[in-house]
Amino acid sequence: MPRYHPIDALFDLQRALEASLESDWLRSGTAGTGSFPPINVFQQGDTLIAVLEVPGVDKTDLDIQAKDNAIRISGKKAISYPQGVSVHRRERLTGSFDRTLTVPMQIDTDAIKAEYRDGILTLFIPRADSDKPRIIKIN
Amino acid sequence: MSPQELQVQHKREVEKKQETTVPARTFVPSTDIFETETALTIVMEMPGTDKADLDVSIEDGVLSVEGRVNFDKYERLQPVYTEYNIGHYHRSFQLSNKIDQSQISAEIKDGVLTLVLPKAAEAKPRRIAVT
Repeated sequence: MPRYHPIDALFDLQRALEASLESDWLRSGTAGTGSFPPINVFQQGDTLIAVLEVPGVDKTDLDIQAKDNAIRISGKKAISYPQGVSVHRRERLTGSFDRTLTVPMQIDTDAIKAEYRDGILTLFIPRADSDKPRIIKIN
Repeated sequence: MSPQELQVQHKREVEKKQETTVPARTFVPSTDIFETETALTIVMEMPGTDKADLDVSIEDGVLSVEGRVNFDKYERLQPVYTEYNIGHYHRSFQLSNKIDQSQISAEIKDGVLTLVLPKAAEAKPRRIAVT
């Protein structure tokens, strides 16, 4: 079997991005599509992996809460300019954010893990055992 | 003051003059630039870029910043819902000031690159006394 190249992962993402216009997965599930921060969701076995881009947000300014099958991500992004400077370009935005991601399955809220690195927040969301299909033996 | 609600900034792709040999996308990082009497500070948002994957150079008065994103962590992941695309970052600026290249400092934290470019001695404004 040929090795799965990382670039292929990017192509998968690009295809998914283009297809997402037709897909209704999560479409009604995220409060405020188009609001900050943007979310990508991946699946790996029974775990959902949500990846959010929050550059410039300090770890201590991020607040993550989980209840039932909803995960709320809120926080603020602040930029301080030194006194007495002349600003040539200001493209970065600041402000507060509050977003809820609702996933279409039961999740194990106690087992959610969050990682923050290089401005990217990654949430590992395991499916609840009660939601997993049960194998029924025939006697 | 009421808290301002943060909006999504859609990533802008680099308009390339040449085609690249690798099929990855490249985006223009959102940038703040401000100037003091002694230095020019450039702040760029490049989420996902580690300091090892960053290239900053000045050639012929053009500052060029390139950040590469490591796609390895997306390996074997099946995308189920996507709102943004991922790719490398590139942006360059024509510098209007003389910069002391030996004193440039670069720092990357939480996906934000801060470059401090100290002005060369001859480029600093001189106060001219009126007699």
